[in-house]
Amino acid sequence: MAKYLLLKHYRGAPTPPNDVPMDQWTPEEISAHIQYMNDFAARLEKTGEFVDGQALAPEGTWVRYDGEGRPPVTDGPFAETKDLIAGWMVIDVDSHERAVELAGELSAAPGAGGKPIHEWLELRPFLTAPPTITE
Amino acid sequence: MNEDLLRSLTPSVLTILVRRGADFAAAEDAVQEALVEAVRVWPAGMPRDPKGWLVTVAWRKFLDATRADTARRRREDRFDEEPAPGPAPAVDDTLQLYFLCAHPALTPSSAVALTLRAVGGLTTRQIARAYLVPEATMAQRISRAKRTVSGVRFDRPGDVATVLRVLYLVFNEGYSGDVDLAAEAIRLTRRLFAAIDHPEVAGLLALMLLHHARRAARTAPDGSLVPLAEQDRGRWDTTSIAEGIGILQAALARDRLGEFQAQAAVAALHADAPTAEETDWVQIVEWYDELVRLTDSPVVRLNRAVAVGEADGPRAGLAALAELDDSLPRHTAVAAYLHERDGDLARAARLYAEAAHKAPDLAERDHLTRCAARLNTRLRG
Repeated sequence: MAKYLLLKHYRGAPTPPNDVPMDQWTPEEISAHIQYMNDFAARLEKTGEFVDGQALAPEGTWVRYDGEGRPPVTDGPFAETKDLIAGWMVIDVDSHERAVELAGELSAAPGAGGKPIHEWLELRPFLTAPPTITE
Repeated sequence: MNEDLLRSLTPSVLTILVRRGADFAAAEDAVQEALVEAVRVWPAGMPRDPKGWLVTVAWRKFLDATRADTARRRREDRFDEEPAPGPAPAVDDTLQLYFLCAHPALTPSSAVALTLRAVGGLTTRQIARAYLVPEATMAQRISRAKRTVSGVRFDRPGDVATVLRVLYLVFNEGYSGDVDLAAEAIRLTRRLFAAIDHPEVAGLLALMLLHHARRAARTAPDGSLVPLAEQDRGRWDTTSIAEGIGILQAALARDRLGEFQAQAAVAALHADAPTAEETDWVQIVEWYDELVRLTDSPVVRLNRAVAVGEADGPRAGLAALAELDDSLPRHTAVAAYLHERDGDLARAARLYAEAAHKAPDLAERDHLTRCAARLNTRLRG
């Protein structure tokens, strides 16, 4: 019983073998890709392992505190940002092996030519609640 | 309270339905529906025989569901409308349910969820909240688990060890939402303890009681972890400790030692010490030796190294640690602690920071970060 984040990057991940930008795919290939992701999430719900899935807009704003009584400072978006997160899925599984297996399946989503993109997904374990029994 | 009564009746009502011939998955659904009905109806007037009421309502729900399911219409013929009440079992009849819900074909998380629902009488929503997953996901996990065990004979005795592992997981892992999982694990283990005569069940119950006794002292008001040595022992629950020690002593007297009894013995020695300094570390090392013999677990060896460090000094602890694989979880944290005790503060600070980086949970990471910060502040002097 451990939660993992499967992180999908717009930029910043190693280059996948089937690296064709999405706007160069056919509309059917895009539909097939989206369908694969939805089916994957639905299947994980059935196995009782799905927690959350979200997609993020590529452009964001940097915000920071600017002192008492002043509005926060905003900046960006920065076009040169190297690491850009596209979205995530959170799973709740029995083992690290299972998490790797599922990330592998998600990475097989079809891309250009209907072939898997072999996209690199970043797998990150959640920090858990502390166990009750410690010694 | 109605809810406590309902939940304590849940497993026997379910068992009665299964004994009458209902299949486990459908019976379990029917019992949940009957519980919901009881929560709605009972406040207006308690039935004189709550269990009989639940059995009647659950059985009706089961028949309704069976009837509604046209694909299963033929199955209906197997049941009488009003079955003769079966013979009342003399012993606690929920034991089979424990075995079924912890069946080895289930993954740990499925076994935990099924046990909490079918034996514990918790709702799917309560279980989902306790494990921070969506209710739909938990519902699927439970129905999948029920399908997995659907072909299992209900009257076969199972392996107590698998049940104990599930209860241990409920106690040791999970988040406290609106359900207190530790208290729930104790309730279910206590019930198992009453139903079966087995020293390891006693061992696990004692272990839980002894750890639960320290709960109030384990966390500071800000939520941070308080290590055992720094806990305010006045806040330990002496009633729980006395009960745990009593149960453990009776189990140990039977001379059938097992892992949980040995773990409970370590916890009992901590509970027995009026101050951290008065802890009988020599005896604790002996119990860890037993545990190494029983489990050969690297985690146990790591805990043993800590105990050796206390009993024979940090150098001895470091020597014991040197024999272990340094990729073990918490290995770095133990090394940091022993080096600090040995006076090598710079090295300890560096190791604490490294251990914090690798910590598997947030409270431990924060604790280790504070340890590193405390030493670094001293070193800057």
